[in-house]
Amino acid sequence: MDIISILLILSCLLLLGSSRLHVAIRVVAAQGILLGILPLVRSMGDITTGIWILSVTTIVSKGILLPWLMRVCLRNSDIDREIEPFIGFGSSLIYGIGLLALAVWVTVRMELTQSEVPAVLMISSFFLIFVGLFIMVTRRKAITQSLAYLVMENGVYGVGVGMSLDFPFVVELGILLDVCVGVFLMGNLLFHLDREFEHMDVDKLTELSDVAESAAATTGEEIA
Amino acid sequence: MLLLSIILLPTVAGTASYLIRSHRIRRTLWGATATAHLVLSIAAAMPPEAATLGHWIGLDALSAIFLVLTSLLFLGATVYGIGYVAREPVAPQPDVEDGSLFRNEPESVFTGAILLLLATMSLAIVSRHLGLQWVAIEATTLASAPLIYYHQNRRSLEAAWKYLILCSVGIAVALLGIFFILMAMQGEHRDLTLAALLAQAGELNHKWLGIAFIFMLVGYGTKMGLAPLHTWLPDAHSEAPSPVSALLSGALLNCAFLGILRVQQVCTAAGMAAFGGDLLILFGLLSMGLAGVFILRQTDYKRMLAYSSVEHMGILALGVGLGGLGLFGSLLHAVNHSVVKAMLFLTAGNILARFHTKDTTKIQGACGILPISGVLWIAGFLAITGSPPFGTFISEFTILRATVEQGRWVVAGLYSLFLLLIFVGMSAIVLRMALGKPQESRTREPWTTVLSPLVFAAVALLLGVYLPAPLADKLHSAAQLLGGLAK
Repeated sequence: MDIISILLILSCLLLLGSSRLHVAIRVVAAQGILLGILPLVRSMGDITTGIWILSVTTIVSKGILLPWLMRVCLRNSDIDREIEPFIGFGSSLIYGIGLLALAVWVTVRMELTQSEVPAVLMISSFFLIFVGLFIMVTRRKAITQSLAYLVMENGVYGVGVGMSLDFPFVVELGILLDVCVGVFLMGNLLFHLDREFEHMDVDKLTELSDVAESAAATTGEEIA
Repeated sequence: MLLLSIILLPTVAGTASYLIRSHRIRRTLWGATATAHLVLSIAAAMPPEAATLGHWIGLDALSAIFLVLTSLLFLGATVYGIGYVAREPVAPQPDVEDGSLFRNEPESVFTGAILLLLATMSLAIVSRHLGLQWVAIEATTLASAPLIYYHQNRRSLEAAWKYLILCSVGIAVALLGIFFILMAMQGEHRDLTLAALLAQAGELNHKWLGIAFIFMLVGYGTKMGLAPLHTWLPDAHSEAPSPVSALLSGALLNCAFLGILRVQQVCTAAGMAAFGGDLLILFGLLSMGLAGVFILRQTDYKRMLAYSSVEHMGILALGVGLGGLGLFGSLLHAVNHSVVKAMLFLTAGNILARFHTKDTTKIQGACGILPISGVLWIAGFLAITGSPPFGTFISEFTILRATVEQGRWVVAGLYSLFLLLIFVGMSAIVLRMALGKPQESRTREPWTTVLSPLVFAAVALLLGVYLPAPLADKLHSAAQLLGGLAK
């Protein structure tokens, strides 16, 4: 489990430092597969049918289906790179280290006395959530925002697996279904965004705003 | 069985709507489902004792109120909406604001999504398992995003995108909160059903429950439109077609509110009512103040209504935060607000259809041109700002009494100030639109466009002069569930 957690942390650092969207999609796919394996490792040999189903559906949906959808969106839009993020890729990495420290601090502050909650997994899951939010506010492309949502959702999933194996499995599947349909809808809207605005930059989405004068500067935060 | 059919009926009808090609059959199905749903909801809500189906699904006084309210609003929006989609052109049409051509979403997608929205809202209301409720509330976001994007133009696309991203992120935060509630449960058997949580409320770890409450308040608060997490709301509610706006403001915000009420119910049972209450009061006042500022300088009447929803969600949060008498006031206000806001959005739809602009400065003399909608517009303004004799006056006044009784003078002062501010801001906009010399000739209004708002206006008026005994009973027992006083 520690290995998976560390791989998750490394994948986030890769996301922060890379400008190529193809790479980002592949990293998110890898995260999905790692998270799919997680419940199997977490249950330590005592694997029920429910855990098997959960694990397989996670791998298929988050590791294969959704990344494939994102790749289709990317191919249709002729973009390949994230350009001019609000915070550069190098600085993003440094912020990333800060976020990792924050994740450690949060986990320590939680004072996990219950020994069954693995601290390393908690750290990496909180790190995923923070990185997802960070990417969402600092990058311009709409497709990156939907990837960032997936990263954050992966983090929430990690926290869930770490804290409780007794979360009802029907609900787990419901959550997974919601996330898939959500990303699917985002993909659908991405097609339209591309056609209507001839770009997928969210900072140009400023037609609706009551704070017109500062809209251009603050759209990033508003969307966050 | 009754409860199950309330969820399954719109699910099946919604799925079928995607496949049915005949407009007539699909619209009939839509109308029939809405009617049947209201009948079933009333039948399920009528018995005084709580109905349950296993531990996961059930109907207590609190959810009964919201279920019937949602169903009633949906029927109203259906009567309006069937006429609405029938009048919408199939061919590309020019945008009213920037003139670019756009095409509507296929009607089958729209009808399917709106019925699935009803199904997911019903599930969110009747679920008594926090995890299941989360799944349902997130599903409402997914069902309503295609509705916002019905007019496939740039502004509705932007609104739908922001709505989907912001609400999904917000709700993911609420899910973290639900995990933290699991951490607060110490025992071997950790179960997120409401029954189990309330039964062992005394043993819940207060630190974890507090953290969980904050996360769930922020998460569901985003979906409910509490400031400063409301930024998506004016966009989504103003760009959606009017019958959808009515549902989003009147029914969907309540579902998120119910999510917060449930966790507050657990907190109250655990003896932490004051902790959650103070946070709710803070968010409530912030929402009211911010909405007031934006209403004052508003030039788009649908956005004005959307900001008014932010204000009223603030009032609801404030009332629940106060506790005691405030709980009853808040629940009564939820009923009043839903009815009035749905009526206002439907009327705004009539005005938009006639004048082809959302700019308040370009409209005058609406009373002369649209005799029924014009009068409804003024009546709706009086109702939403809490003027007597409408029901909103009583509920807003009840909440004010709660602040005074508890000696929270600062809260009472700010509350009155913001209400006054919003009254002034809205009166300037609404009266200028409704009164004045008509520039155009009088138009006949089709009955489908005025029937629902007229009925809602009548209900709002009725609630002001007479509170029916069954509703009063339900409101009192719901307030008691949340720790309010007995009658």
